[in-house]
Amino acid sequence: MAASMTNADVVLPGDVLTDRLKEITNKKVRLGPGLRWQSKDVVACKCGVLKSREDHAFWIDNHQRRYIPAKGESIIGVVSLKAGDIFRVNIGSNLPAALPYLSFEGATKRNRPNVQIGDLVYAKLLVANRDMEPELVCIDGSGQSNGLGVLSREGFMFKCSLHLCRKILSPDCSLLRVLGKKIPLEVTVGMNGRIWLRCRSVNDTICAMNAILAAEYTPEQNLKSMVYKIFGGVAAV
Amino acid sequence: MKVIVSAAEKQFINSAIASGKRLDGRDTYDYRKVRITYGTERGCCEVQVGETRVLAQTSCEVVKPSGARPSEGMLHINLELSPMASPTFEPGRMSSFGVELNRLLERSVRESKAVDTESLCIVVGVKVWQVRVDLHALNFDGNLLDCSSIAAIASLHHFRRPEVTVSGEQVTIHSLEDREPVALSIHHMPICVTFAFFQEGKYLLVDPSDREESVMDGTMVVCMNIHRELCTVQMTGSMLLLKDQLSRCCQIAIVKVSEITEVIKSALANDAQARKEGRKHGFAESKVSSRITTGHMEEQTIPIKKEVDGSGSEDEMEDEEEEEEANGEEKNQNGSDVKIDSPGVGTIGEGLRNTWGVPTEDSDDNGQDTIMEEKATTEADDKRGGNKSCQKNL
Repeated sequence: MAASMTNADVVLPGDVLTDRLKEITNKKVRLGPGLRWQSKDVVACKCGVLKSREDHAFWIDNHQRRYIPAKGESIIGVVSLKAGDIFRVNIGSNLPAALPYLSFEGATKRNRPNVQIGDLVYAKLLVANRDMEPELVCIDGSGQSNGLGVLSREGFMFKCSLHLCRKILSPDCSLLRVLGKKIPLEVTVGMNGRIWLRCRSVNDTICAMNAILAAEYTPEQNLKSMVYKIFGGVAAV
Repeated sequence: MKVIVSAAEKQFINSAIASGKRLDGRDTYDYRKVRITYGTERGCCEVQVGETRVLAQTSCEVVKPSGARPSEGMLHINLELSPMASPTFEPGRMSSFGVELNRLLERSVRESKAVDTESLCIVVGVKVWQVRVDLHALNFDGNLLDCSSIAAIASLHHFRRPEVTVSGEQVTIHSLEDREPVALSIHHMPICVTFAFFQEGKYLLVDPSDREESVMDGTMVVCMNIHRELCTVQMTGSMLLLKDQLSRCCQIAIVKVSEITEVIKSALANDAQARKEGRKHGFAESKVSSRITTGHMEEQTIPIKKEVDGSGSEDEMEDEEEEEEANGEEKNQNGSDVKIDSPGVGTIGEGLRNTWGVPTEDSDDNGQDTIMEEKATTEADDKRGGNKSCQKNL
């Protein structure tokens, strides 16, 4: 991960970063979100902080709510249409995604999966290209569901920033562990800024939702006290 | 573009409302925080209700009056819904939602005769002022109507038109430097209050948010001024309401309207004070400078009504992020200077019993809360909750 943020790390769209990248490494680099290769120059196309990894990967990190599909990411979508042999799923991107009914575990031509309009699905992006309809699957390579599929209607889905989704999924973030110690909960985090949550009561769900949303700007060391404050308990369990 | 709301969300929001809870921790009758910021230009203001934002600008020009009303000026209100506010708003042709909002705004402001159009006449049949209020939705998080109606009236109040002198046939419009511009003559402040109904009118919420609006059955809009004069009432959606519910909504509207009127008045007074003293004013001044605001989150209260670890406290707590924002914004939770003459009592003819057929305070505490199945809080609670959620940005 990049070292502490300095002013020099902040980039604006149109900034030519070729020289800056050369200063950091002289190896072959990989360009991530927010960077573009344009007439032999690396150009930023988002405003944010330039970050890099040990393996010469560079990307721009910023606050964003609009999802841009990326291959292999797990997302939560809302089924909005049944059209022939596919479901149209709203995943928050510019185009709705297609989810073939055969890409569910155990589904055959005869045995269609039970998916209704308005259902939430946790799925993986199989195809995600620019200007192309994204395609989703709810199975892995061996035909197993592996946790993917339709989410229960009993939970609740809310939206948050993409950054928060990445933050709570990161192994360094203790939020879900702390929350899980406090109340029993079931949670699914989609990389498209949607979180599905199920708790025992409405009150728990609302509290957990607020705890998760509050975690966005809470430093790691304060997470525990924040969660305990919201759930009104003492800090020792 | 119509966004499909997932069944899970619908089910959860409905069950939360049934148990008297809202997603943002508000109570049934709580309004979100109302903020009014005036710009440097006359008649320019931005109103924020929670995360919903509307920018208003009033302007005027001299036109020929209509043949039917040669001695009256004109007032136009136009609300623009751009895709900037919400991805569901499409550019170009106005949606039915936009038409409905525009019509309601016209009904509430123009047809309630809030602005004295006769005073806008310069020469009968020849020249009159045409006043135009342009409203732009900047962000949509539910209850756009209330926000726009506040913006429209706040902007009209702030606006000054150039002074005009008529001598014989000669009409002189003085420039702003030449003569002090004059304020419009405004009789009253009509303010819309929206109520959302759920499960065929069984449950009611004040000031619905975006999420709540997406699952509601219908709305009732009560437009009223501080003198308790109804300007507009409108019901839409698929629900049947009882007579009691209507009168109850009107009662709640009285409280909300008086609070919002106070907010507008104090925002106007603050702006006038700043202009008089020659202090800096406008949008730029209202923003906190040299601070990164992307990490800013609106403060919110989460009521904890559950016993955890035996510490059965029923207090309210603030979220963590307030500590982060620390931008000098005072949290006057209880000390808001919005004052309401005891709700349920008419403000005209003080000391007399009202003839509105609504129960007054004393009868309120006893039998009132059985009217509906919804979670009935007494008017006293209502007043407290309202005060808390109503905060000014000075």
